[in-house]
Parts: sequence; C-alpha cells; structure tokens
Amino acid sequence: MYVAVKGGERAIDNAHLLLAKMRRGDTSIPELTVEQVRQQMPLAVARVMSEGSLYDSELAALAIKQAAGDLMEAIFLLRAYRTTLPRFGSSLPLDTTQMLLSRRISATFKDLPGGQLLGPTFDYTHRLLDFALLAEGEHPGPQVDATAQLESCPRVLDLLAAEGLLARERPSAAEVPDMTREPLDFPTSRAQRLQALARGDEGFLLALGYSTQRGYGRNHPFAGEIRIGEVEVWIEPEELGFAVPLGDIEITECEMVNQFVGGKGIEPQFTRGYGLAFGYAERKAMGMALVDRSLRAGEYAEEVEGPAQQEEFVLMHCDNVEAAGFVSHLKLPHYVDFQSELELIRKLRKQAEAPMQAAAQENRA
Amino acid sequence: MHSSDMHNAPQTQTRQRWMGVLARAGHALRPFQDALKDTEYRLIRAPEIGMTLVRGRMGGTGEAFNFGEMSVTRCVVRLADGRTGYSYVAGRDKAHAELAALADAHLQGTQQQHWLGTLIEPLAAAQRARRAATAAATATTQVEFFTLVRGED
Repeated sequence: MYVAVKGGERAIDNAHLLLAKMRRGDTSIPELTVEQVRQQMPLAVARVMSEGSLYDSELAALAIKQAAGDLMEAIFLLRAYRTTLPRFGSSLPLDTTQMLLSRRISATFKDLPGGQLLGPTFDYTHRLLDFALLAEGEHPGPQVDATAQLESCPRVLDLLAAEGLLARERPSAAEVPDMTREPLDFPTSRAQRLQALARGDEGFLLALGYSTQRGYGRNHPFAGEIRIGEVEVWIEPEELGFAVPLGDIEITECEMVNQFVGGKGIEPQFTRGYGLAFGYAERKAMGMALVDRSLRAGEYAEEVEGPAQQEEFVLMHCDNVEAAGFVSHLKLPHYVDFQSELELIRKLRKQAEAPMQAAAQENRA
Repeated sequence: MHSSDMHNAPQTQTRQRWMGVLARAGHALRPFQDALKDTEYRLIRAPEIGMTLVRGRMGGTGEAFNFGEMSVTRCVVRLADGRTGYSYVAGRDKAHAELAALADAHLQGTQQQHWLGTLIEPLAAAQRARRAATAAATATTQVEFFTLVRGED
C-alpha cells in the first residue's frame, strides 16, 4: 500500500529543472535538434516507433531528445501521446510483397530471384571503434549507376510453398482482434499474439528467441527472408467508399523457416514464424519471428517446456511500458507498508528471543 | 455503387493515383499554395490530426493482424461551385492536408487536365525519381557470388 504524502513540491520542481539541465549538458556545446536525432539516429527512432506503437519519426525523435536518450522513457512518452489522438479507422493490410526494398537477404538460398541485397548493414563490419567519427566528415556512399534497377524479388517462402514444403499463408475474412480495445484473453489467437509482440520489448523478445536456440523449446529456425524497405499504406474511409494511399512507411519483415511437423497422413512440412517492425529493426523482427513460432507450440501439439512457449508468460511480460511501470512503482512511498513489516519482524524476533533467554537462564541455574 | 465496383471504375483509379501523389508530396506542395488557394472555399472539416491502425498479414500474405498506429492528418474542403475535396495524409502537417484536399477538389473540376499537367505529373515524376535513386543505391549492394575452383585436376 502507498499513501498520499503532502509536501516535497519544491524539491520535485527543482528536480525537474535539474533534469532539464542534465539533458542539455555543457551549454558551450551546440544543442541537439529533433531533426538531427531523426536524421542521425534512425535506428533509435525505429525502436521507439515500434515499441511506442506509433509510426511518426518526428515525434519519436522528440521523445528521444526529451528522454535524454533513455529509449524506454521515450517509448513511454510516445505511448502516452498516442492515447490523445482520435483513430481514423484501420488500414488495409500491408502488401509487403510490393515494398520498395532497401535490404533483402535469405539465409536459406544463395541464388534466388532478385538476389541478395545487403543494403546498409552492420553485418560484416569488424566492430572496431571508428575513430574517424570523432571528427566531422563526408560520407558520400558508394558509386551508384543511376540507371541500375532491382529485379523483382518474390517472397522466398513462396518458393518453398510452391513445392508444398510449407503451408501457404492465406487471407481470411475473420474479424481482427485489437488488444488496445479489448484486453488479451487466454488462450490467445495468433493475431492477438502478433499485435502484442509487435509492440513488445526488443531485448525481451531477443532473449526469449535466444532461449529457444539454446534448447528451451527448440524449433530449428532459419532466416528464410529478411526484407527492409518502404511499403504503401492504404485506408478506406467510409465517407469516400473507396481506398486511398496515405503515403509510405518503412518496415522490417522477417520470415523464419522452422523444422517440420507432419505425420498421421500429413507429409512433413516446414513451419513458419513471422516478425514485423516499424523502421529499420532487424533484430526486433528476428526475435519476434522466433517467439511467434515458439508460441505456436499448441497448434503443432508440441510439448511446452520452455518459457518462450508459454503464451501467458511471454505476452504478460513483453511490454516494457507495463514492466517499467510496475517495477518503478516500488519507488513510490511505501512508508506505512514498511512500518507494518518492521513491527512484524520486531515482534517475531522478540518471540524468538524470549524462549532463548529462558533457556539461557535455566542453563545458568 | 458497390465498393469493389468503385475500385475498378477508371475515374476512381485516376483519383486514387492523384490522392496518393498528393499524400506523398509534403513540403513539395508549398510552391503551389497560392494557385491552389486562389479560389473561394470553406473548410468542411478543418485539418485534423489523428492516427490509423496499420494492419499487417501473417507471413506477409495471410490473415490480417493489428501491427501499430501511424499518425495521419485529414481535411475536407468545399469550393464555391460545390466540389468537395478530401485528403488523408501520413504525418501531422495540417498545411499539407489542407493543400492536398484543395488539390483533390480542383482535380475533379473542368480544369482537371491543367492540374494534372502542372501539379500531379511533376510531383509524380519527382517521387518516381526518388524511388529509382533508392533502388539504384540498393543495387550496388547486390551480392555476386563466385565459386572457388578447387586445386585438383
């Protein structure tokens, strides 16, 4: 229990002024602009948009600046802002097959239609600090042949599905559940899980995905395809009666291919895990795809033996705004609670001491 | 009219195209502000900021699920002759939404060819060029594999 405590207003006001001073740092150094954060920290912006569950790169950059670089605090700020906006309906489902790719790789096939497109990536860097970045510099990028075009890049998993080695994902007319309007009920549908995972904490999903690789719910994944790029978003407003494009958003998509199911008259088939995130967010999309697959244990009658396979455990703990909130509340005054604990422990010690003293006196006698 | 018929109607497709070009135009609409506002009009719905729940598909092609929201601004204008223009644009730029709705109204009138030629086509060309430049830059990172030849005969 925590109780309302009066007082401390001056201390709180000053604490916030000190926070603003800390965020600003040495005033002889130019102040960061929100646009600089947006342009030069795109991956931090992507994470805040995904887990803040709002695609708006300017607001995400503002939140990062306001939070002094604490991304979880920034995510909280964006989530809070989200609740102030009216909702103009839902989009048509994204057609990610048609995206303008800036990166596309597959770990399952070397030669594939459209090829392996590395795009900007940390892969193959040596992870040595680049001291050249201590100074300002020009970064003109590679020599580009302006006439070069990309070949069409069909979905890698469709190639396996065409051979019948993998189930096709087919659209359905089912109503789409929305956890922001109706709380999760267990057992959940895959649509509910994917919505929760899409806003889930990258670190948590990464760790759970890793745990499946280490044997806590093993399912032998391969990164079938990772695609990063821009995709068009369409909405069909009732007042118009037809769909219109709103613009483009950047997304990262990961499709995992996992080991087989089959038997009882069904031929063995690979299984799928799917990850989707706002912006350039490869690690998040991979973690999500691993956990999406592990949470399908029930669907494939697999023994649930690892935390990553337990939907209630995963879904109730993957939201870092909720987690940070409940852990942070321990900082609220618990003076009365703690007083009663103190009294209890003193009483217990007294009760334990009394017979010991009695025994000591007997021994002396 | 049934909504799927609307999708297929050529005039709807033309309008969807220009609305898409306008939605992506952003600051590029600013130079056209004076021309677009050189008419009597009123705001039926003043520019309003909100969000749209973006949906994805499982495995990219399967059942829909709710992915996350995006910020969107919408606006409705009516010109003196009764034509109504709508806009739904990504982001929170109210001036952009108002200019896009005005353009949508102008484009439904007798001056359609004029507006297509002076506004939509140049914007569309710039947007195509940007996409082509992105694709060309990505193309430089396409991996060309070669097989190492073994030393034996």
